[in-house]
Amino acid sequence: MNLLYSDVEEQLRASVRDLLAARAPLSGAVARAESDRPYEPALWTALARELGVAGLAVPESAGGHGGSWREVAVVAEELGRAVAATPFLGSTVLATAAATAVPSARELVGALAAGTSTAVLVVPLSTPPGSAFPGQVSFDGTHATGQVRSAADAAAADLLLVPAAGPAGPVLLSVEAGAARCEPVTSLDLTRPLSNVHLDAAAGSVVAEGDGAVRALEAALLAGAVVLASEQVGLAEHGLDSTVAYLKERYQFGRQIGSFQALKHRCADLWANLAQARAVARYAAACLADGTADGAADAPVAAALAQAYCSPLAVTAAEECIQLHGGIGFTWEHPAHLYLKRAKADSIAFGGAARHHARLGELVGLPA
Amino acid sequence: MEKFATVDADGLRARVEQLLAEHDPAGDRLAFLQARFDAGLAWVHYPPGLGGLGAPRELQSVVDDALAAAGAPDNDPRRIGIGLGMAAPTILVHGTDEQRRRWLRPLWTGEEVWCQLFSEPGAGSDLAALGTRAVREQDSWIVNGQKVWTSMAHEARWAILVTRTDPSVPKHAGMTYFACDMTAPGVEVRPLRQITGEAEFNEVFLTDVRIPDEYRLGDVGNGWRVAQTTLMNERVAIGGGAAPRESGTIAAVCRTWRERPELRTPAGHAELMRLWVEAEALRLTGLRLRQQLAVGAPGPEGSAAKLSYARLNQAVSGFELDLLGDEALRYDDWSTGTWATKRPAAVDFLARSPGYRYLRAKGNSIEGGTSEILRNIIAERVLGLPGEPRVDKDVPWKDLPK
Repeated sequence: MNLLYSDVEEQLRASVRDLLAARAPLSGAVARAESDRPYEPALWTALARELGVAGLAVPESAGGHGGSWREVAVVAEELGRAVAATPFLGSTVLATAAATAVPSARELVGALAAGTSTAVLVVPLSTPPGSAFPGQVSFDGTHATGQVRSAADAAAADLLLVPAAGPAGPVLLSVEAGAARCEPVTSLDLTRPLSNVHLDAAAGSVVAEGDGAVRALEAALLAGAVVLASEQVGLAEHGLDSTVAYLKERYQFGRQIGSFQALKHRCADLWANLAQARAVARYAAACLADGTADGAADAPVAAALAQAYCSPLAVTAAEECIQLHGGIGFTWEHPAHLYLKRAKADSIAFGGAARHHARLGELVGLPA
Repeated sequence: MEKFATVDADGLRARVEQLLAEHDPAGDRLAFLQARFDAGLAWVHYPPGLGGLGAPRELQSVVDDALAAAGAPDNDPRRIGIGLGMAAPTILVHGTDEQRRRWLRPLWTGEEVWCQLFSEPGAGSDLAALGTRAVREQDSWIVNGQKVWTSMAHEARWAILVTRTDPSVPKHAGMTYFACDMTAPGVEVRPLRQITGEAEFNEVFLTDVRIPDEYRLGDVGNGWRVAQTTLMNERVAIGGGAAPRESGTIAAVCRTWRERPELRTPAGHAELMRLWVEAEALRLTGLRLRQQLAVGAPGPEGSAAKLSYARLNQAVSGFELDLLGDEALRYDDWSTGTWATKRPAAVDFLARSPGYRYLRAKGNSIEGGTSEILRNIIAERVLGLPGEPRVDKDVPWKDLPK
C-alpha cells in the first residue's frame, strides 16, 4: 500500500494550489465567507471543468479522468489548506461515490464527472459510515416527502440524491433541486454552508433501490469520511505553517517569540502528529482507491481510523494556531477563525471521534 | 584475480555464490564471517579492503537475503550494534588507514565489541559540557572522569570516548575523541541498576587511564565534530520489514481486552480505542517512512516517530496496569542484590510483565535523545524556528556554571 504522493499527484496539487491562489486567495477569505454568495460558481466551474477535479475518480469509460480517490484526496488537502468554499465534498465526493456505486447510473456519473451537474447527497452531514438507512423522507413511488436537517452543499446543487423509505424498502432518489426547498441554516462553518432540505411531494426518480441503495449510501459515507481526513490534513498543515511563520515574525521581550521553548515544543508536537495524520489519511485514500483489491476490505477500518485520528488533530491545529497568534488570532479580520470553524465542523461530520472509536472496536474485534 | 566488473545486484549475488562455494556456511562461524568481510560482503558500501566494495548502500539487502537463504551465520548486529552503528562510521570517516585496518574487521565480525563513552552524570542532553579530562603526556593521554548509561561496557573490548583536552576554550572547541581500550588499567565498569531492577547499562570510571596518541580519532580539539559523525549515524538504520497491525505493547493490551471481558469498562474502551488509533497511526507513519527511504527521499519524520513512540509506549503500558487492576500490583522479577542483577543485552517488552513494560517505557523518552531535545530539533531544524539564546557559546568551559 503506497503511502507516498506520486508525481502526477504533486502536479495536480500544484495546479489546484495555483488556481486557488489566483481565484480564491486567503486574503479575501473572510470577505467571501460573509458575502451573500459563499460559493463562487466561477471558482467551482474552473475547478470542476478546467482542472477536471469533478471527474478525477470516475473511469474514462464513464466520462471521467480515470484517476482514483488518492488524487481526489490530494485535491481535498489543497481545498482544506485554502479553506475554500466549494461543493467538492457534496458533489465530487459524496454524490459521485453514491452514483458510481450504482451500475445503471452511468448518465448521472457522466454529468457529475463533466461538471455539468452539481449534485449533493441529502443526509445530515454528521451521518457516520455504517449508519442505518435513513427514513426521514418517504417515497410513494413518484413523490418524496420529508425533511433532512443539516445537509452540506445543498445550496450549490442542481440535483439532490435523497435516501428515502420507498414502498418496498430503501431507495436512492434523484430530485431536481427546483422541486425541493433548501432552507439555509446559520452554520458554524462559514465556508461549508448547511441547509435543511424540505421535500413536499417533490417529484423524484429512483436511482437505486433495496441493497443497491444501501450500498450506494454506504459507499458515499465511506468516501466522505476518507476524503475528509485529507481535508483535515490540509487544514492542519495550514494551521501549523501559518503559526510557524508568525512565530518568526513576531517579537516580544526582545526576541522572536518562536525562540521560546514553550511555543516551539507545541509546534514540534503538532508537526509530529501531522506526520502521522498524513500517513493515516494516505492509507485511507489508498484503501478506497484499491476498489476491489486487497486494501478495499480494510477501507471501513481505514476510514474510521482516519477520522478518529485526523478530526481531533485538525481541531488542535486550528486551536493552536489561534492561541499562538495571540490577540490577532482571536479577531474576525484574521482568517484563523475560518479554519477553526471548518475544523470543528469537520470533526463532527461523518460521526465524530467517539463514534469512530466505537465502530473501530466492532471492526477489529475489541468490543465495548 | 578480479572476476566481477560491476557491483550491481547481480554482481553481488555472484560474489555471494563464490563466497559460499569457497567457505562452508555451516563450518566455523568466525572463519566464515572473516571470509565474508574479506570478500567485501560485510557492508557493501564500505571501501574495498575494509569489508566493502564501494557499492550503493541499499544493495546490502541483496547480500543479506542471499546469505540468510543459504543459512550462513550473521554477525549478531544486536550485540555489536554500537560498534556497527556508531564506532564504525566514525572510524571510517576520521580514522587513519592503520586505525581502520586495525579496528573495522574484528568490529564487524563481533570478535571485538564496542561501547560508547559519551554521556556523563553532568552532561547528558548537553553532551558538549562533558568534563572527563585527557591530559597529554609525551605520546599518551592520561584520562580521568566518569561516564554513564554505557550499554555493553561490561562486554566491550573498545570504547569510543570523548574527552575535554582544553578547558580554557569554549566547550565545543576543547574536546578530543579517542578509542579507549576497555582492558587498560584504570578502567572500571560498574552495573548501573535502573528503575526496572535490571542493569542494561553501566557506569564507567576512568582513573589515570593511559591512552596512546595513536588511538586518537581526528585532531586534538576537534572532538565535537568527530562526535557529530557518531551521533548522526546513531539512528540511520531503520531495519526490518513493516510491523503488522497491533504490534508491540498495544498487542498485549488488546489480547487482555479480548480474553478478559470482566475487565472491560466504557471508559476503558474509550481509552483503549484512542491508544489503538495512536498505535496504528504510528505504525503507518513508520511504513510511510520506509517507503520514503526506499525511493531515496528520507524525510525528517524519523524524529517524530521516536517522539510519538515514547509517548505511546508510556501511555499504553500505563493503561495496561489500570486495566489489570489487582494483578498490576505484582511485578515479575526484581532479582534483588547486585549478585543477582540481570544484565539483558536487549529489551523485550512482550516477554515481560505489564509492570516491567510500564517501568521500562519510562526510558523511551530519555534514551537516544530526550523528548524535549527532540522537540527542539524538530522546531529548529525542521520548522526553522529560531534557537534559544545561548549563554554558553563564547564562555571558556572552565568558567561555565556546573
